[in-house]
Amino acid sequence: MTTAEKTDGGAGRPPAAPGTAGRAAAGAAPRAASRIAAGLGGAAVRAVLLVVALFWLMPTVGLLLSSLRDSTDIASSGWWEVFTEPAQLTVSNYAELMANDAVTGSLLNTVLIAVPSTVLVVVIGALAGYAFAWMEFPGRDWLFLVVVGLLVVPIQVALVPVAKLFGGIGVFGDISGVVAFHVAFGLPFAVFLLRNFFAEIPRELLEAARLDGAGEIRLFATVVMPLGGPAIASLGIFQFLWVWNDMLVALIFADSGSAPVTVALQQQVRQFGANIDVLAPGAFVSMVIPLIVFFAFQRQFVTGVMAGAVK
Amino acid sequence: MGTPRRLAVLFLMPALVLLGALVVYPIGYTLVRSLFDAGGSEFVGLGNYAEVFTDPDILVAVRNNAIWVAVAPTVATALGLVFAVLTERISWGTAFKLVVFMPMAISMLAAGIIFRLVYEQDPDKGIANAVVVGVHDTFAEASAYPGARPRPDGVLKPSGDGAFTAASPARPGSPADLALVGLPAAQLPEDARDAARAPAGDGVSGTVWLDFKPGGGGEPGVVDPGEKGLPGMKVEAVSGGKVVAEATTAADGTFSFPAGSTPRDAVLRLPASNFTEQYAGVDWLGPTLVTPSIIGSYVWMWAGFAMVLIAAGLAGVPRELLEAARVDGANEWQVFRRVTVPLLAPVLVVVFVTLMINVLKIFDLIYIIAPGPTQADANVLALQLYLSSFGGGNDQGVGSAIGTLLLLLVLPVMFFNVRRIRREGRR
Repeated sequence: MTTAEKTDGGAGRPPAAPGTAGRAAAGAAPRAASRIAAGLGGAAVRAVLLVVALFWLMPTVGLLLSSLRDSTDIASSGWWEVFTEPAQLTVSNYAELMANDAVTGSLLNTVLIAVPSTVLVVVIGALAGYAFAWMEFPGRDWLFLVVVGLLVVPIQVALVPVAKLFGGIGVFGDISGVVAFHVAFGLPFAVFLLRNFFAEIPRELLEAARLDGAGEIRLFATVVMPLGGPAIASLGIFQFLWVWNDMLVALIFADSGSAPVTVALQQQVRQFGANIDVLAPGAFVSMVIPLIVFFAFQRQFVTGVMAGAVK
Repeated sequence: MGTPRRLAVLFLMPALVLLGALVVYPIGYTLVRSLFDAGGSEFVGLGNYAEVFTDPDILVAVRNNAIWVAVAPTVATALGLVFAVLTERISWGTAFKLVVFMPMAISMLAAGIIFRLVYEQDPDKGIANAVVVGVHDTFAEASAYPGARPRPDGVLKPSGDGAFTAASPARPGSPADLALVGLPAAQLPEDARDAARAPAGDGVSGTVWLDFKPGGGGEPGVVDPGEKGLPGMKVEAVSGGKVVAEATTAADGTFSFPAGSTPRDAVLRLPASNFTEQYAGVDWLGPTLVTPSIIGSYVWMWAGFAMVLIAAGLAGVPRELLEAARVDGANEWQVFRRVTVPLLAPVLVVVFVTLMINVLKIFDLIYIIAPGPTQADANVLALQLYLSSFGGGNDQGVGSAIGTLLLLLVLPVMFFNVRRIRREGRR
């Protein structure tokens, strides 16, 4: 079996051009013919995937271009008109959006919710993950199984009671309540992921540090956390995007002063047609940070998603 | 080594307190609460559950949830599988994956707004209907004069199916005046000129025009100066129920048939194709299509998730197995069906189950995309729970029953997870 045949088997390279195929298979006419057929098939595959890619991009492009047209243009024609009349493009919607205190305030709230939720999940999850991985205490195994069981609990089960609870202790409507809820429901996955990762740390490494006189807390801070970097990065990015993009939890536990941008925009959706000049740029602004995080940390995000399957 | 046990408590405490107070205790509370009435004071047994399965509004939610769970994960997984296999054959596979995976990074609110725009009813604004209407009008010619009708006292009478037929046979030499009204002047084609009377020739002839003089005046049924002809109108000569000849009006509204092409008893008819309503596209967010349309937006978001996981699984499939099948004479479809898919089965199951759990709780997309009038038609359990408990329904008993049902539905997955981890722990 030649290497050429192997790459043809789909290792991510385009099929050999007919010319090279001809040279490689000189004197083997049927093989050359099948190569050409495969090349044609490759062209069809490329065409189909190109159409799919355009199809997938189009909705987002539509939002972006809509956000760059003023409300009269949006009300009278489709966003594709900018291809023939580029003069329609304007940033006035964005200027108005940024001058709107309600929107900028809600963007700040989104940050104030997403950052603490992420940091707390990582820290609390790592502490518990380390305890489950390397500390001896009675009931450790079944307690960990309980955490695993909580992985798939739908947040809907907790909405009514937690709203009552928060009302009782006076954090209903406050950012701290929203953060606490996100942390609690992020924890099963965090503990699960980090325990499994920490458990892979070689025992000798920890023993050596203990022999050097490091206590558990120093061990955790100077050895375990740095070693856990990749898992912590995945977890952090995953949780950050999850919380940044959440609408339901904030819809229930935040009030108008602590509402994140998703909730602020949701309140405009009822009059979709009239508010499109706020909704389109607002939606795009709310997407910018997740998209930057996504493109900057694709690898960690994918790892997080894969570890989070069955969440 | 200090006091590990006390340390362990210290390390675990924050997580256990939060999990206990905000996850475990609420589960118990919801289970109990679901057995009490709306106000929470009276024990009603399984009454709330009975209501979930008898209240017609909530039944719609149950039905839609079943559709969602059956359709969305299947379509997303199938597309992800196809994309994962096909991207291996192109050089820009990574770029393709990024494009399809990207929607996973954005919020369902943003995706909802994006798809409200896509599904906009007006084909001049919504891309989905722009495409549908464009394709439709390419194959079926668009009619030029929707809404036009004859004067009640005129020559033409409605003859069923939207066509208008002259009351008496047309005679060569005396041009027919076929007056229409009911068209806004702005809707006239740009090439419409002032109407003229057709010259009296050897064949049947006439004029089709808009019998309305801008600014008033003019005599009904008579071609007055300033009134516009209706170009491109199809005119048929009908004899014994059959179309014997056809003509099309000119820019001034005149038409004529060649001499001798029409029998003596032929009457003139303006067929319905001149007047059919403009095709307005698909009612994406109407009562019947709203759920499939929103499922489409979900697939847009999550097919990338399936694709990335399946592609990772595919990378672990030994190439030699595929090659061996090809050497044995299997074609690409057979390799895919008999070798690739069975080898990927475990990954496919994980993807499918993950999507099912995700779809079970779907909320944001429906809350954002379904317009007010069809929200009830698009209802799902998570939305109903929100509406019952917080959105004015004022019935936390039913809300808790729905929450409990959602939990019951994920119990098998919970047991599976726990069993798997327990086995791994023993090894």
